[in-house]
Amino acid sequence: MSSSLFGGGLDRRILGLLAILTSAAVLVPVLNLAVPPTSSFHIPTYAVALLGKYLCYAMLALSLDLVWGYCGILSLGHGAFFALGGYAMGMYLMRQIGTRGVYGHPVLPDFMVFLNWKELPWYWYGFDQFWFAALMVMLVPGLLAFAFGWLAFRSRVTGVYLSIITQAMTYALLLAFFRNDMGFGGNNGLTDFKDILGFSLQAPTTRAALFSISALMLAIAVIVTAVLVSSKYGKLMIAVRDAESRTRFLGWRPENIKLFAFTVSAVMAGIAGALYVPQVGIINPSEFAPANSIEIVIWTAVGGRGTILGPVIGAVAVNWGKSWFTAAIPELWLFALGGLFIAVTLLLPKGIVGTWDAWRAARRARRSAGKGTSQVEPPVAEGTTARTTRHSIEPQPAE
Amino acid sequence: MTNTNTILYLDGVSVSFDGFRAINNLSLVLDRGEMRAIIGPNGAGKTTMMDIITGKTRPDTGTVYFDGTHDLTRYDEADIAMLGIGRKFQKPTVFESHTVEDNIALSLKGPRTVLSTLLNRRSADDARRIDEILATIRLEERRDELACNLSHGQKQWLEIGMLLAQDPKLLLVDEPVAGMTDAETEETVRLLKDVAKRHSVIVVEHDMHFVRELGVKVTCLHEGSVLSEGSLDHVSQDPRVIEVYLGR
Repeated sequence: MSSSLFGGGLDRRILGLLAILTSAAVLVPVLNLAVPPTSSFHIPTYAVALLGKYLCYAMLALSLDLVWGYCGILSLGHGAFFALGGYAMGMYLMRQIGTRGVYGHPVLPDFMVFLNWKELPWYWYGFDQFWFAALMVMLVPGLLAFAFGWLAFRSRVTGVYLSIITQAMTYALLLAFFRNDMGFGGNNGLTDFKDILGFSLQAPTTRAALFSISALMLAIAVIVTAVLVSSKYGKLMIAVRDAESRTRFLGWRPENIKLFAFTVSAVMAGIAGALYVPQVGIINPSEFAPANSIEIVIWTAVGGRGTILGPVIGAVAVNWGKSWFTAAIPELWLFALGGLFIAVTLLLPKGIVGTWDAWRAARRARRSAGKGTSQVEPPVAEGTTARTTRHSIEPQPAE
Repeated sequence: MTNTNTILYLDGVSVSFDGFRAINNLSLVLDRGEMRAIIGPNGAGKTTMMDIITGKTRPDTGTVYFDGTHDLTRYDEADIAMLGIGRKFQKPTVFESHTVEDNIALSLKGPRTVLSTLLNRRSADDARRIDEILATIRLEERRDELACNLSHGQKQWLEIGMLLAQDPKLLLVDEPVAGMTDAETEETVRLLKDVAKRHSVIVVEHDMHFVRELGVKVTCLHEGSVLSEGSLDHVSQDPRVIEVYLGR
């Protein structure tokens, strides 16, 4: 029944994930706002913000999975799209401060007054409007990805070479955003936000609402990804991942297939960044750091690339571990993260979800082999096994 | 330049890699509907010739015309595929994580834009065509199986099926029976003869037994140019061919 929804894109597991996300969008605010702090069911406000942050990371990991897991493009610069989306939102939030800044300037953000700037740079125009900022959240990462991808994929840059230039891209942006004269707050970035659409960012209700919106946006991202990868286009992405030259000699243009995935993925990462910034209250150039982009790869690998559930689980699990680790034994976190990546690569190359799928498929095969000796499988059951094997696509390493 | 009965026309084609002449003043004419076998020792330039025809390699000099008017040196791989040239690689290359049926479906002739794949719904016509091709390559039973589970020989047939789905005018088939059992080779002979009824075909193969079974005109390449051409008996009795195969 469920498999007919959205052309077969939403299987039972994805529907389960969507159910969890939508109920979290309702339950977490209720448990935070309506349940008294004395109750053991109460969720403290800091935890709401933390969970909201995890959901943004999950969306970021999902966006990377779309290009890496399904299309074989190992981007080591996806943090750049996330940060650009974040900066676009941060610029809106800066303009919302108005006269409440330290210097009380009606137009210029504090850092511009401090730098003795007399007027707002042209590229800050329009960011006092939410709709404009929201548009830029998608447009800026999307256009960068489109331009970058157009050049790189047309020149047939693939594999490690592509990974290295994506890394160079985010590093170049890191250096650029560090500069004060870029007009994005330099080293300190954008912070001291007051409110969003007129609601105070400090208010628990606003934080709860931001959490709900993050959960719902992640749900939408899951639906978009699921529909994309189950369409004919999705099959082509996998074909390009596994045998790019075959698609080319069949008359397809792998560069266009990759470019579309890369652009959609960058837009998704930008939206994740825009949801992240109001919840953490700051955006600065460190979000462009190459190490951040590599962390996204680790989340995705841990959860299982080439699956939709995997990156969501991976991002939440690894970041939950990070929160715990950096509180308990902060100096060991980077070793733990590196160790985790090595362990996953060696022991669970398909990640948590991929390994689970393989285990289940093996068990099913064993069971039906045992049954096959005693009785012939009815054709209906055969049909279902065929369909499930089709869904458990084994991810292949990026070339 | 070429008459209408010619599907492929190569004249004076040369290409070198780092000073090594992989193809040296090669000329070859293939008639419409003809099946041709290309033989030659290792390094004779067989695969490079295919690379030139399919746009992967650009020749330094010479002309390559397809279907009368198309100058193939001016197009890239995807364009050439759309003009109607299908290519099977030496190593069978199929989409391993897709089902047999999806492999064919992704190869079916049709628009090749991203938008068309996003809006695509498989038509009854497509479904019929897929059934037809699966019947031709005898993989109907395994249509729901992932391609990675096929045997080596079945992958070769699937790849030929993918070329057929493209509905090309000319098929380039590189070593179709490499690594096949005798029974599989027999089956491949049948399949290629069947395909040749409706398409022009170039088969590159080492296996002389297989070439004899095909029973078509043979071109022997050596050091990037044509050494001998004619029936297999004619070519295999040519002293220069014997020299090349045995003389070293």
